Amino acid sequence: MTSTHFDGLMPIVIFMGLAVALFVGGHFASVLLAPKKPSDLKSTAYECGEEPVGTAWSMFNVRFYVVGLIFIIFDVESVLMFPVATIFRELNDMGQGGYALIIFLSFISVLIEGIAYCWKKGDLDWVKSYQVSMKNNK
Amino acid sequence: MNQTVVTYLAQYEFFDFLLKIFGQNTSLLAFLIFFLIAAVIVGIMATVGGLGTYAERKISADIQMRMGPNRVGPYGILQFLADGVKMMTKEDIMPKDADKFLFYLAPMLCLVGVFATLAVVPFSAGFTMTDLNVGVFYLIAISSLVGVGVFLGGYASNSKWSMLGGMRGASQIISYEIPVTLSILAITLLAGGMGFGTIIGRQEGLPTNWYIFHNPFAFIGFFVYFIGAMAETNRAPFDLPEAESELVSGYHTEYTGMRFGFFALAEYIEVFVVCGVAVALFLGGFNLPFHLEIDILPIQAVQFGIFFSKTLALYYVIIWARWTFPRLRVDQLMSVCWKYLTPIAIFNLIGCAVWLVVFNGHSIADLIFGSH
Repeated sequence: MTSTHFDGLMPIVIFMGLAVALFVGGHFASVLLAPKKPSDLKSTAYECGEEPVGTAWSMFNVRFYVVGLIFIIFDVESVLMFPVATIFRELNDMGQGGYALIIFLSFISVLIEGIAYCWKKGDLDWVKSYQVSMKNNK
Repeated sequence: MNQTVVTYLAQYEFFDFLLKIFGQNTSLLAFLIFFLIAAVIVGIMATVGGLGTYAERKISADIQMRMGPNRVGPYGILQFLADGVKMMTKEDIMPKDADKFLFYLAPMLCLVGVFATLAVVPFSAGFTMTDLNVGVFYLIAISSLVGVGVFLGGYASNSKWSMLGGMRGASQIISYEIPVTLSILAITLLAGGMGFGTIIGRQEGLPTNWYIFHNPFAFIGFFVYFIGAMAETNRAPFDLPEAESELVSGYHTEYTGMRFGFFALAEYIEVFVVCGVAVALFLGGFNLPFHLEIDILPIQAVQFGIFFSKTLALYYVIIWARWTFPRLRVDQLMSVCWKYLTPIAIFNLIGCAVWLVVFNGHSIADLIFGSH
């Protein structure tokens, strides 16, 4: 019985294995069929026909980092809400609906507070400095 | 224990025969059955993905009053096979400055992420590969792997276009995950479970029992989910990661041959999966409009057909949207997600919770026509 308990997870591993097998198989077929004539010019990065200038691994707009940070916070909060959402209906059937709703809403209000704060601070605007300077000039 | 396709098949008589052959080695038997059905599903999905490219070109041709592919096979329907062969015979170019290992790995991550989601897609009551009790949660988690693949593809190429595309892709996929997750959360709340079996079981019967018509909030939630899903799969009007008119081809600029093909295949299958999830969560899934006591294999086939036709209808809408709406700008993309969809999704979530408590879980139809 202990072994059958994990049988439900077996398809996940199988599908992942099939994806890897398909990838490797497709690659193998491509190695067999495709021509292989590498040249120096062919293997340069595409930059509209010009010689590539420098590397692409350079400094990048910090906005992407802020988006990632906001995402982490919201994602963790929604992960924490999943267990509550799962038993919410059960609690309602037990007659505890109002109580559960108050707790649920107080948790969501933290989430709303977070997004309102980000919005107020201008972190949801893509071009923050521009928007803020526009506000200051008014 | 989780309901799987094997536990479904176990109720039939021929299963006893199989058990005798394998001498009660149930895990091996389960593995073989899973493997066989998984291979069939992968075959179907590869065909759906291939036909997706054909449908895309044909529908776009229709919308733009062109002919579209019409040379290979009747009405050009074998075009995707010709494309596949062509991709296989194209030279595989590796940029010399690229991060070789990650460059190799990126399409595989996309493919693994998409294929792993297929394990919980509910094709019919019996033929859900595995009905995990954390179904939607697993789906959200594992489909994030596609975002990693997109970003790695952009990063590893060491090309400016790819880098921009990969960065945009990563920020877009993670941003739109929030409204999508919150919309799914509202359905989890109404259904009282995360498994697809539970959620679809609650929508049994007439379309009035579907969650899209359950209450006004879930109705809006469907559109929030659908827009978010479109953005998560990088479909137009949200195809900024590969915006061909500004970034050449975005994160797969440097990819050629088979590796490019795997990116495309992963994208088209992912579109099918998100449509399937939309059908399962909001549009009643595979349910027949009436309740049947008997459970025989032909009914499974009918359910399979119902699921497929609903999903392909949504697939059509996604392709239709691609050729109807112009692409968004990056800042518009972010403000649509964070300033419109996310607050609306939170509002819907609160609305669903309040509705559940106030009307004790009844849908609009229940309240109008009397509950049962």
